[in-house]
Amino acid sequence: MQTEVVKGNEEAVPGNGLDRENYINAKHGIWSWLLTTDHKRIAILYLVSITLMFFMGGAFAAGVRLELMTPKGDLVDSDAYNKLFTMHGIVMVFFFLIPSIPAVLGNFLLPIMIGAKDLAFPKINLLSWYFYIVGVAVFLVACLFGGVETGWTFYTPYSTAFSHTNVILAALGIFIAGFSSILTGLNFIVTIHKMRAPGLTWFRLPLFVWAHYATSLIQILGTPVVAVTILMVAVERLLKLGLFDPALGGDPILFQHLFWFYSHPAVYIMILPGMGVMSELITAFTRKRVFGYEFIAISSLAIAVVGFLVWGHHMFVSGQSTYAGMVFSALSFLVAIPSAVKVFNWSATLYKGSVSWESPMMYAIGFIGLFTIGGLTGLFLAAMGLDIHMHDTYFVVAHFHYIMVGGAIFAYLGGIHFWWPKITGRLYPEYWARVAAVLVFAGFNLTFFPQFVVGYLGMPRRYHAYPEEFQVLNVLSTAGASLLGIAYLIPMVYLTWSLFAGKKAPANPWGAKGLEWTIQSPPTTFNFDHQPVVTEEAYAYAEGHDTSHDAAPPAAPVRA
Amino acid sequence: MSSSTHHPAYVHHFENLSEQKEAATFGMWVFIAQEVLFFGGLFAAYAIYRNLHPEAFYFGSHHLNIPLGAANTAVLIFSSLTMALAVHAAALGKRQQIVGWLLATVFLGSVFLGVKVVEYKEKFDHHLVPGASFQAGQLGMAEHIADPVLRGKAERASQIYFSLYFSMTGLHALHMIIGVPLILWIAARAWLGQFGPEYHSPVEIIGLYWHFVDIIWIFLFPLLYLIPKPH
Repeated sequence: MQTEVVKGNEEAVPGNGLDRENYINAKHGIWSWLLTTDHKRIAILYLVSITLMFFMGGAFAAGVRLELMTPKGDLVDSDAYNKLFTMHGIVMVFFFLIPSIPAVLGNFLLPIMIGAKDLAFPKINLLSWYFYIVGVAVFLVACLFGGVETGWTFYTPYSTAFSHTNVILAALGIFIAGFSSILTGLNFIVTIHKMRAPGLTWFRLPLFVWAHYATSLIQILGTPVVAVTILMVAVERLLKLGLFDPALGGDPILFQHLFWFYSHPAVYIMILPGMGVMSELITAFTRKRVFGYEFIAISSLAIAVVGFLVWGHHMFVSGQSTYAGMVFSALSFLVAIPSAVKVFNWSATLYKGSVSWESPMMYAIGFIGLFTIGGLTGLFLAAMGLDIHMHDTYFVVAHFHYIMVGGAIFAYLGGIHFWWPKITGRLYPEYWARVAAVLVFAGFNLTFFPQFVVGYLGMPRRYHAYPEEFQVLNVLSTAGASLLGIAYLIPMVYLTWSLFAGKKAPANPWGAKGLEWTIQSPPTTFNFDHQPVVTEEAYAYAEGHDTSHDAAPPAAPVRA
Repeated sequence: MSSSTHHPAYVHHFENLSEQKEAATFGMWVFIAQEVLFFGGLFAAYAIYRNLHPEAFYFGSHHLNIPLGAANTAVLIFSSLTMALAVHAAALGKRQQIVGWLLATVFLGSVFLGVKVVEYKEKFDHHLVPGASFQAGQLGMAEHIADPVLRGKAERASQIYFSLYFSMTGLHALHMIIGVPLILWIAARAWLGQFGPEYHSPVEIIGLYWHFVDIIWIFLFPLLYLIPKPH
């Protein structure tokens, strides 16, 4: 396309913007990053900060797994162990998984995918990152003062009346970070409603956008409830109120209702964006239109809506009425329907597709299998009778890690690899990416599959010691966790390396559809040179035609 | 469209000024939606506990100052009127009127907060603030509930009533404490002539926010102050 001189002996790559003006080189200096209102730069700020939190949460998990190598509590005592799993949970849920895909990939891609120059409220977008950072900082102070050991769920009255750790600070950190999530959701909803390019109707939107729309609804309607709930816990501790104190007539179960009213939908905040990524990956690497577009789009909304009505399945054994339990159980089964719609439609998309096995697709295929296992074991737990046997065992731990790691993190890693050339303008080494994807898959399954077994056999969660007959399965799990830990480090190394020495990426290295692939890599500050006009539906791959060698023109005004 | 992209308030990542205005208003509505859920947690707790402890709520509510609460309700409703007049003046582009009505709103909001301080002080003086110094004996249940077990239960639970009273009215007051400086800021911008018929979104969305805070109080006043005797 262009014939400019490039540095070194690299060839000019069509659609690569590294030697032209782009969002990275548009401004320089630390303040140009810390005060930026560019959605792409804010995405990078989030990427760096959540990656740090991911490795911090991983370090706590390493402590847990090391302790569980032996039946006796010989590495840490029970108090320290309680702190390890609590802080692992808090960091991973509130400071990594919830912001992960929306705040990094969503921030970067959502405006581009709908043909906008930025999110509707760029300053609020920056503010949301600062809320996140202040929340993290407050939580880190809580860690420095000795951490917290209530479990990430902060159940009362333990958290309000008995715990001697830093509950108030930890709760405050989560409270503040919650606003970051709310503001991101608010920005996305307004942007999707008001700023779509001409011709981009609702049913032409990429499914990534639909998934983020559904996620944002949960962020807006769920997060404030948990915010006010943990605020009540903090104030109750601070001022000795009696809101959840049974001695004063308070009801600890009320806390669980309020907590899970958010924290169950929060599971969908973590998985729905991953499902959005999945739809993009599956179509790009089968070079085929997605099967049942409308069903996938609407199933995201269905998950968001029904997801608000199932929280009581966390409370089958906590003294909730049996009849309430029956309703919650039935509604929980109902959520399986829209989830299954997605899994079946992705699988149907593979049928007669021109499937290729680049590393993002390996994560996507892994997602389908692991999410299915996680989802089906969720049905076991939604059945009231079975749940009495499996409640608070390692079966539950294994189940939600299949969703959170096998689902959300696989989609996150797949998405990061898929859009890395767009974000950075560099290609990563595909060989190492495939090695890492295989190792992540193997390490993950070795870590968590034995936990289904050991949990079904009766090993409870949240204890630092266990009967000797469970040791073999726990050693397997710890071995898997070691492998998984190493496998997570490999992408860190080669992705960082690729920033400096990776091959330059063209505008559309995968031959994928979508407005983001029509602009240069990395994009300019305002994404598009001309307002794009959309004339076709999403994923309009020509059937049977391999588009991977079609060179897309940089900054083409029309989705071609 | 060409003229609306040359307005000084226009931010260029929007296609034109009207898209920008729609986005701002819609954004405030979405924000209000999350605010409803934020207060919703406390309203849910209120519903559960009033159902569990009707006596405690009844006796607790009778130690609130109904005349002051009623007067404050009138003040707040009146401030919503002045706010609506400010938005109206902005739509007509009458600079002095916008500033005047906004300052009137600030004044009424401050009166409300001042009265709230007086009410809170009464509760401190009467040892009705939950915590170590709380004295349920102040509530005068002894004359009305003969059974000492029931009376003890109601007296303990009355702390929950006052916890909710302070949480809900406190959170509401916090929203007003945030709102007042925001209105002053908007008033300053109005004084500088930044708003007119073509563009006055900030006045409109601060108005939405203020009305929302007002409506929360419309629910809080009867729920907290006007509890009838349980059967």
